[in-house]
Amino acid sequence: MTPEQTAAPINLAGIGRLASHLAMVVISLVFLFPFFWMISNAVRANSEVLAIPPILWPNEAHWGNFIAAWSYLPFGRFFLNSAFVAGSITIITLVVSSLAAYAFARLRVWWLNSIFVAYLATLMVPQAVLVIPLFLMMTHLDWVNTYQALIIPMAFSSFGAFLLRQFFMQIPIELEEAAMIDGASRLRILLTIILPLSAPALGLLALFTFTSQWNSFLWPLIVVYGTEHATIPLGLTMFQGEQGTDWNYMMAGAAISMMPAVILTILLQRYIFKGIAIGSGFGGR
Amino acid sequence: MSIARDRAVAIGARSAANELLAVTDPSAGASRKPRPAAAVGYSRRRQDAHAAIWFLLPSLTGLTLFLIVPLAASLALSFTNWQLLADPKFVGISNYVRLLTFDPTFYRILGNTVLYTFEYLTLNIILSLGMAVWISSLSWGKTLFRLVFFLPTFTPLIGVSLVWLLIFTPEGLMDWLVASLHLPIPNLVTDPNWAMQAVIIVSLWAGFGYNLLLFGAALESIPQSYLDAAAIDGASAWQRFWSIKLWLISPTLFFGMVMTAITALQVFDQVYALTRGGPGNATATLGFAIYNSGFTTYKMGYAASISWVLFVIIMALTLVQLRLQRKWVHYDA
Repeated sequence: MTPEQTAAPINLAGIGRLASHLAMVVISLVFLFPFFWMISNAVRANSEVLAIPPILWPNEAHWGNFIAAWSYLPFGRFFLNSAFVAGSITIITLVVSSLAAYAFARLRVWWLNSIFVAYLATLMVPQAVLVIPLFLMMTHLDWVNTYQALIIPMAFSSFGAFLLRQFFMQIPIELEEAAMIDGASRLRILLTIILPLSAPALGLLALFTFTSQWNSFLWPLIVVYGTEHATIPLGLTMFQGEQGTDWNYMMAGAAISMMPAVILTILLQRYIFKGIAIGSGFGGR
Repeated sequence: MSIARDRAVAIGARSAANELLAVTDPSAGASRKPRPAAAVGYSRRRQDAHAAIWFLLPSLTGLTLFLIVPLAASLALSFTNWQLLADPKFVGISNYVRLLTFDPTFYRILGNTVLYTFEYLTLNIILSLGMAVWISSLSWGKTLFRLVFFLPTFTPLIGVSLVWLLIFTPEGLMDWLVASLHLPIPNLVTDPNWAMQAVIIVSLWAGFGYNLLLFGAALESIPQSYLDAAAIDGASAWQRFWSIKLWLISPTLFFGMVMTAITALQVFDQVYALTRGGPGNATATLGFAIYNSGFTTYKMGYAASISWVLFVIIMALTLVQLRLQRKWVHYDA
């Protein structure tokens, strides 16, 4: 409470504060409206989607539309494809990044710093610059329209090595020195000491990697055609057909596509917010 | 490109910039070493070198094959007239010459990208900073409100854009609302003068929550004693905001701006889902033009040259960020 608030007549300050909170509640509800509109349109007949005046909530909610959308395109297959692709990339990223991060955090070798700076520089490269040569590469490997084309080129990023290194460096070195004296190898130390202590950082990296790959659109759009290997974002655009759009199924699909991110955000908000705060910090450091 | 990926990269790049300073600054580098160099024996150092090679091998191999080689290849391609089926022919800088002097659509596309980036960035910063200050002044519900605005951040941009497309589509909810209020606004996605506004609205809804959180965290980390001291000296809430809070979070603010600009310059998903670059090429951006030239007309060499224009703009922005950050670090050190 600031001095000026206590100085003002108590009821006036109280009313102002209440109004401020109520206004924020209203803004929040307006902000959440597209989520509501998505669900409301997912559970109605397609003929009611563009009714005038608009129907806020259908008289009869067709929750079965979710099941119909699942088997329609086949959207269920897109869901499994996305889960498989994003899951595989997440696992590869965690393994590869942990190894590199440990080297950067703990090993004293004169050339490591230069490599680390080079890793950081690669963060600046936009995906749009890479997709054309990568597509070429996939053509030559005969990987177009395969899972490996969706997974392998996207599984290597220096971001993970960087994030984990920051975390590893905060782990007290004494924990490792005892193990080293006992003759444990570096790999053993990483597996038995460092990784078990790094669960929050590994979780954050897994979350970032999984959601960004789940949402990825440009690369699947380029390297996949047809429905066999299509991922969810690609599948969503397929509801726009020649004979008009199946809005209700599309909205059901959109809701399904957002479900993992929304659930993970709510469950892990504490970690996410902390992770972002690390990126800010007082005075920008 | 998804927001989550870019955001994740943003966090990395932010701290990366700090790291870069530490690595390149000899005085900072010395203090970062956890142990004195003398404690590390010769054999240990050799073991370390050995281990480092093995630990880095997977990621170095992956990054070389799927980042360094494609990066070099795309630069090389940008000097060819390659069109998927025919063999590529070296054409020197003529792609770039054509882009900058002949192509009538290029300046339109560049202009669209700059307009989008500028407008989106301005609105994003005003919204996220304003809401962050507002929310941090509340006595209850802070975390809940932040969560509400953050909720779309990790969701697929394509899904978000299609939900908004339903709202904006002709005869949809937006048209009904505009008609009932008798507002002089045409349909957003089919009017060439307004279509970009639709793309910006969707991007703001999906993206401003991240900066809200970033700035919120910076505001929370301002020591209360600074604000109390200023209040005792008679500074009003407004003065405390402009002369203390804004100044103290300015490095974070600037970082957020640069990262948002870099993300915005690459905009693709929203454009694809909402307008496919249309009507005409009213919403075609650099990101969309790269996809369009490369994968609908198969002018790969030309697309590569557009992608390098984008890359050069992003590199320039990153260098500006690094420069100014170095300055800031000196200021409050």
